[in-house]
Amino acid sequence: MQNSVSIRDLSLNFGSVKVLQHLDLDIAQGEFIVLLGPSGCGKSTLLNCIAGLLDVSDGQIFIGGKNVTWLEPKDRGIGMVFQSYALYPQMTVERNLSFGLRVAGMKKDEVERRVARAAEILQIEPLLDRKPANLSGGQRQRVAIGRALVRDVDVFLFDEPLSNLDAKLRSDLRVEIKRLHHRLKNTMIYVTHDQIEALTLADRIAVMKNGVIQQLSDPHTIYNKPVNLYVAGFIGSPQMNMFEGTLEGTTFTTADGTVVSVDTYDFAAPSNGPIQAVLGVRPEHIALGEAAAAMPFSIDAEIEIVEPMGSDTLAWTKIGNKAVTFRCDSDVVIETGQMVRIGFDPARGSIFSAETTNRL
Amino acid sequence: MADTALPLEAGAKVNRPSLLKRIILHNLPAKIAALPMMVTVLVVFVGCTLWTIYYSFTNSKLLPTGKFVGIEQYERLFATSRWNVSVTNLITYGVLSLIFTLVVGFILAVLIDQKIRFESAFRTIMLYPFALSFIVTGLVWQWIINPTLGLQGTMRNLGWENFTFDWIANPRMVLYALLIAGLWQGTGFCMVLMLAGLRGVDEEIWKAARIDGIPTWRTYVSIVVPMMRGVMVTAVVIIGSGIVRLYDLVVALTNGGPGISSEVPAKYVYNYMFSGGNIGQGLAAATMMLLSVIIILIPWAYLEFGGKGRRT
Amino acid sequence: MSQISTMAGVTPAPTGAAVEPRGPRPKPFFTPRKIIIYSILVMFSLYYLFPLYVMFTTSLKTMPEIRFGNIFSLPTAPSFDAWVKAWTSACTGLTCEGLAPGFWNSVKITIPSTIISIFIAAVNGYALINWRFKGSEIFFAILIFGSFIPYQVFLYPLVMITREMGIFGSLQAVIIVHTVFGMPILTLLFRNYFASLPQELFKAARVDGAGFWRIFFEIMLPMSLPIFVVALILQVTGIWNDFLFGVVFAGTQNYPMTVQLNNIVNSAQGTPEYNVNMAATVLTGLVPLAVYFVSGKWFVRGVAAGAVKG
Repeated sequence: MQNSVSIRDLSLNFGSVKVLQHLDLDIAQGEFIVLLGPSGCGKSTLLNCIAGLLDVSDGQIFIGGKNVTWLEPKDRGIGMVFQSYALYPQMTVERNLSFGLRVAGMKKDEVERRVARAAEILQIEPLLDRKPANLSGGQRQRVAIGRALVRDVDVFLFDEPLSNLDAKLRSDLRVEIKRLHHRLKNTMIYVTHDQIEALTLADRIAVMKNGVIQQLSDPHTIYNKPVNLYVAGFIGSPQMNMFEGTLEGTTFTTADGTVVSVDTYDFAAPSNGPIQAVLGVRPEHIALGEAAAAMPFSIDAEIEIVEPMGSDTLAWTKIGNKAVTFRCDSDVVIETGQMVRIGFDPARGSIFSAETTNRL
Repeated sequence: MADTALPLEAGAKVNRPSLLKRIILHNLPAKIAALPMMVTVLVVFVGCTLWTIYYSFTNSKLLPTGKFVGIEQYERLFATSRWNVSVTNLITYGVLSLIFTLVVGFILAVLIDQKIRFESAFRTIMLYPFALSFIVTGLVWQWIINPTLGLQGTMRNLGWENFTFDWIANPRMVLYALLIAGLWQGTGFCMVLMLAGLRGVDEEIWKAARIDGIPTWRTYVSIVVPMMRGVMVTAVVIIGSGIVRLYDLVVALTNGGPGISSEVPAKYVYNYMFSGGNIGQGLAAATMMLLSVIIILIPWAYLEFGGKGRRT
Repeated sequence: MSQISTMAGVTPAPTGAAVEPRGPRPKPFFTPRKIIIYSILVMFSLYYLFPLYVMFTTSLKTMPEIRFGNIFSLPTAPSFDAWVKAWTSACTGLTCEGLAPGFWNSVKITIPSTIISIFIAAVNGYALINWRFKGSEIFFAILIFGSFIPYQVFLYPLVMITREMGIFGSLQAVIIVHTVFGMPILTLLFRNYFASLPQELFKAARVDGAGFWRIFFEIMLPMSLPIFVVALILQVTGIWNDFLFGVVFAGTQNYPMTVQLNNIVNSAQGTPEYNVNMAATVLTGLVPLAVYFVSGKWFVRGVAAGAVKG
């Protein structure tokens, strides 16, 4: 089955600044892919290139098997949802949805049918006569999605659509977008800097930095087997604990002397000789008390700070000289100054080469 | 909170400042600082206006000492052909000027908005006339429209025997001469306003329209222009208020001529007030100008401020 | 759907048509759209530039050359004689001393008027925003409303007032008039500007115990340079270019340049000396033009600011 969207060797330069560098990407039909990264990493730029709003410096874009590199946005078979919704302010919701179709010369009953269908899917039927100024943020976003829906296209593009909303609204709309994807089964390309959105919505995530895709995998893999230090640090809140040190064979020695045996770790290739490395362990993979004692590596540590977060508790401690955080259930009683046994299985951790920052 | 304690004046019997005094003393430095504004408002903007209106109902000639004669001055006013011609001239000029200034200003702004090069050069060229005095504008165009030695003369000398551009000497066309000069000066300003309004349109709206497949011209007409209502209203108000005051340009370009074919109310007022020896007439004419402005302003003020309650 | 694909080793691209689109869209340099846009802009530019060209060339020609009747031609032997004559000996009514007295009158009118009107308006704007008192907003509203009223309504009463004050027909009269009528728009400008400044600075100063004037001079003024520049441009241009107030209030000895100019051209006896007329026009326009070209972007900001109502 051919890919829904393909990108070949895409590059984009603004003057001498290389914004996107030789990108290759294949997106399958009906896939929900998220472009994730901080501001300036090129994710929005890539989306705009796919949409046809920006001219690329080199490379090709294929949508539905057709080479669309030189085509106008309207001919690419895409619909787009913007961060600021970009609804036409002086038109009612109904006109916002139907304007593009009528300009294209579509027949009246076809226009009405499409508008009605979109309104029903997004539950905005009671809003059709209102102007955008009289809508709430969430309603506006749904109308923006509706505008893409009526175009009856295969590919939907989302440019940080939830960034302008408050936290509660964001999580509500996130679920709605996921439901929408289940119902419509369209290909969706979604840009965000919010890792929660990425992890919850995506079939695959492309983590981007400086115009280059760092890792392209499903959320589980990205979370548990990040391909380099950058991805490991970007994903996961609170951040992964990173220990610098030396790796020799299957023994990792931290900079301040703690020795950790890592023979349970799944190395991609055996390393020769001692190398500088970084061992990363996520806070939630660190166990406490009895569970810790059963782990391949465990150590006694003193609790420095306890941060109860309601659903669970975050604790700060030290291994050697390195600050370490770990999570435990909120029912567990721990307090500052308490000595506890913590431990982890290196198999669930990640080891990176200090020099190349890649996963070993 | 800026209360200052004033020493009691000799003879004052109060041992606690009265409510009125406290109101006056509160925030005193600000009130003193704002005194020029308050005096100006009361004396000039309120006082002079009322004075003018009142004395327009008298038969003052050389000095404003005449007795009350009701609307006699106004009756004379509307019977004077000079005044009536002034009014129709102003209306004709005003309507045409408003329409053309807005249209030309808008078109130029749209063209400049098309991501062209040399934008600041074009803008500099279009806006410099606005920096000039109306007198300078009027005199330059007076020279250009000079029938024998100006544009007409030049074109005829170059071979185009039938070229006509003697509007300044032609009673039926002289208003258009004024129009050309006025537009020359005012369109650049309108263009700058419109351009600012166009640039205020969110980039993402343009993107959305492009994705929807809406052609550029249609985007301007159906989406951008309706969004520019505020700028349009501002432009209309400013251009409008400038039109009512039309005076310097007429004095320089035509001095009301030929005959009275380019007379305007502002000039009528000045002539009768200062050289015609009939102050009452001048005041009546001035009051009529005031009235016309109020008639235009009140609907606008209601639209702007009435719906949302009083604005500070 | 969950393949772990790396950057290399992707599925081969679908085979396309003969010319495989790649990279940036081919864009011809001369599109019809571009041609139309630039032609219209150039056409209008000619309309705007033509009078400037005519002004300058005519002022540099000799009268015989002008009588030849070609307004487009460049002067064959450009000379500044007409300029000198306009400056020193053109007749402005009864006297023939040229524009020079008018120039200095304009300077004497513009500088004090600008300084005073801007200062008062700045204080007004400051008081209106930070030291509101009962009725202050009403005064402001009347001020703004009054700015729409045609000057002709105020003319005669103001003449009477200045006569009573004994200053009618003098520099003081015209300066006061300019201050009065500059107040609405300048106050609006400063008021809006001060409203956009962060209030915390002001509050902190109050907490520190500073009073009205101290805060104004030591905190507000230093932060207000941009708006002062805009106000300066507006006033200098507006007052220099004024005609009505100059001709009514300044008195014949103090007529500003614009009034003298009009007299030179429109009330001359005998055959008009067009080159002198145009020279005089150029000279009168030089100051505001210089302000315009020097201030560039600031001028545009001033125009836009002058257009902002509330």
